Amino acid sequence: MDDALLDKLEILADAAKYDASCASSGAKRRTGGPDGIGSTTGAGICHAYTPDGRCVSLLKILLTNYCLFDCAYCINRRSSNVRRARFSVEEVVRLTLGFYKRNCIEGLFLSSGIIRSPDYTMEQLMLVARTLRRDHGFAGYIHLKTIPEASPWLIEQAGLWADRLSINLELASDRSLKEFAPEKDGTSIKAVMGQVGERILEAKEEKRRFSPAGQSTQMIVGADASTDLSVLETSDTLYRRYGLRRVYYSAFSPIPEASSALPAKPPPLQRENRLYQADWLLRYYGFTVEEIAAGGESGMLDLGIDPKLAWALKNRERFPVDVNRADREMLLRVPGLGARAVDKIVEARRHTSLRLEDVARLSSGLKRARAFLIAADHHPGGLTDRADLRQRLVAPPKQLSLF
Amino acid sequence: MRHVELKDGADLDGFRRALRGLVALGVDPDEVAWSGGAAPSLFGAIAETGTGPLPADAPPVSLPRPVGALIETVVCHRDPERYALLHRLVWRALRGERDILDHHADPLVHRLAMLDKAVRRDLHKMHAFLRFNEVRDPDGAERYLAWFEPDNFIVEATAPFFVERFESLVWTILTPVGSLQWDRRSLTFGPAAARPEGLDRDDRFAEGWQRYYESTFNPARVNPTAMRAEMPRKYWANLPEAAAIPAMIRSAPARVQAMVEAEAAAPRHRNPDKAVAAMARQEPATLAELNRIIRAADPLVPGATQAVLGEGREGAAIAIVGEQPGDQEDVEGRPFVGPAGQLLTRALEEAGIERSAAYLTNAVKHFKFVARGKRRLHQSPTAGEVKHYRWWLMKELGFVRPRLVVTLGATAALALTGRSVSVLRERGPMGFGDWSGVVTVHPSYLLRLPAGEGADQAYRDFVADLRQAREMVEGAG
Repeated sequence: MDDALLDKLEILADAAKYDASCASSGAKRRTGGPDGIGSTTGAGICHAYTPDGRCVSLLKILLTNYCLFDCAYCINRRSSNVRRARFSVEEVVRLTLGFYKRNCIEGLFLSSGIIRSPDYTMEQLMLVARTLRRDHGFAGYIHLKTIPEASPWLIEQAGLWADRLSINLELASDRSLKEFAPEKDGTSIKAVMGQVGERILEAKEEKRRFSPAGQSTQMIVGADASTDLSVLETSDTLYRRYGLRRVYYSAFSPIPEASSALPAKPPPLQRENRLYQADWLLRYYGFTVEEIAAGGESGMLDLGIDPKLAWALKNRERFPVDVNRADREMLLRVPGLGARAVDKIVEARRHTSLRLEDVARLSSGLKRARAFLIAADHHPGGLTDRADLRQRLVAPPKQLSLF
Repeated sequence: MRHVELKDGADLDGFRRALRGLVALGVDPDEVAWSGGAAPSLFGAIAETGTGPLPADAPPVSLPRPVGALIETVVCHRDPERYALLHRLVWRALRGERDILDHHADPLVHRLAMLDKAVRRDLHKMHAFLRFNEVRDPDGAERYLAWFEPDNFIVEATAPFFVERFESLVWTILTPVGSLQWDRRSLTFGPAAARPEGLDRDDRFAEGWQRYYESTFNPARVNPTAMRAEMPRKYWANLPEAAAIPAMIRSAPARVQAMVEAEAAAPRHRNPDKAVAAMARQEPATLAELNRIIRAADPLVPGATQAVLGEGREGAAIAIVGEQPGDQEDVEGRPFVGPAGQLLTRALEEAGIERSAAYLTNAVKHFKFVARGKRRLHQSPTAGEVKHYRWWLMKELGFVRPRLVVTLGATAALALTGRSVSVLRERGPMGFGDWSGVVTVHPSYLLRLPAGEGADQAYRDFVADLRQAREMVEGAG
């Protein structure tokens, strides 16, 4: 690896870091064998963490950060003065294999600025994946960003080699998209999501290989005026209609070379965190968007407490819940109890009547849960309905320690 | 009190042997003192009194599968009490509590679950945080070396992961509790090792990784607590990239401040209007361009030699669409050159259509087959495959601009109509959106019919359909 390649790596990693997606999960178990290289385990591995708390699982880079589009929120838009660089297909292949052999990564997450045309760009991305798989027997994870404006056949070719395809919606509403990303089109993004979703289902039925780990997307939060409610409604639609595996939320953060069209102040990072919690409630805890939104005010989630606690505090008449009797659906709604803890509770209570100390062994969130739970030796009494319950459950804000 | 001495580390075999003996003799777990592992047992000094040696050939103990799996992980733990806890678990599982592991709230089960979790986490972190460095052999061969310090005795347990992933490489993993060596064929377990010196010297990828790590960090989101929760400090010493962490955190606030204060700058470069306008013109503009794309694309199902493109001139009055290339077409790269193609040529002639004046193509451009010895048996394309190729077929017909499209067989009819068509029942004229068309059978269907009057009649019907197509074109012209 020479100095010029190192410089490019620095520019094109910096340019790619605003994409929150990092998952290397969902691929079928696979190994490269004696002639290839690599394996996928199904669960994915985070090989490092950066001081922003994000995991480093895939080599996340752009093929190039030259771009003909002019999306206001993006550091790589054509009107930005950022330093530019471009990898060749061979260079990306070499970097991926080099880092993979040193056990630094699970695979590659490749995206790109739009150069020449969407088709040309998509073809270059596809060529990287094809070279890795076909010429090097690479069995690690490959996540390709799909260029929604590219021709359908190219996106389908990409799906032959990638484990996951993703198309970033970026903004929850078509109106914001028009305002901030003039070259993008919400309808065509969703059309491609539909197309990819259909192909994934079809390939599964016909036992062909096509983006087996599904598709995901990202929405930027806080760059436009969209409320949490509208963001979650969009996610709900994406999960239901297009069968997406994941929606990532990325709190808009200040970027170098910012556009004047953007808000001066970033939203609190906590907003992103609350959206992820709400997303989980949507997918694994049986909540509806309306229920989650009702926990907050005027379409925004409560930043001070998690959305499940927020919902419980506003629906106290449904509590306390008997840990030895309540059905799984209701236990999932108890603040502090995660899905895994609930499954253990359901299994364990068949053998014994659970006391509070038993629940403590099954869940680490008992502090929050005890006000909402009845156990064999515990009843919260008036605690559930106390006016200051929220204050009692929320720890006073702590100063972040910077070492 | 009975004293059982096991080897240091994760002595699964020793534990299994001892357990079989203890179960055979019915020894209560309270009567056993275990030693072995990192720390000597509290009861290490107590000698066996009044008990004979354990039977060497006691029969295997039949345990519920989850209990067996738990034992395999927990023996890797450093906790000196692990064997006693596992013995107690087995004792209870064999005395009426076969589903003991479902009792998640039971103190013993919970304690073992915590040990199990700790070992799994340790395994996971070793898979994640171990870094190989390339070391050059004197003969220049590619070889990799790693140093790692796990919390528990997991070196052997971790081997399958690394062998599976790096089967084609030659590598060595050194740790303070044992080592692994893989030479592309066999795995060797070695003794404990000391940290080698100058590991990442001369490995520019190690330097590249450090630069990558620093570049992928977003200073506007600094959150060291979240990082340390997943990557505690104890791992940093062996992670080359971690050396940069303190400086990255220290400089973050100033970097963010600079970003916020910087005013939006006017673009230094001219707006690339022409390139932006040209971007929209990416669709193939000619049949030749389209064919270049098709030729370069990979088949949906691997196997075909090449894409078989359409044949004939643009502007042909009749386009004939078949199913997919067959064995012979795949080899020659031309449509309708096999037995079915020859039959088609004859039928066209009888119907008064010159083959060279028509445009011939297939709904699917790649041959799909299953290999049976030397033979390649044709397989019909699935609906999904037909849909995939449809985009190309429609573009292709758009360039050819025929006055009429003849579909041969169900696959071609599906490609043109988007629905499944019963060819024998619906044969004859049919509109295909922009084109008028005729639906008929595929000549390979005629070849499969047993010779006789039925087959002759079917052939005559086929010719009649083609003749009708010709008449429709002439009538319209």
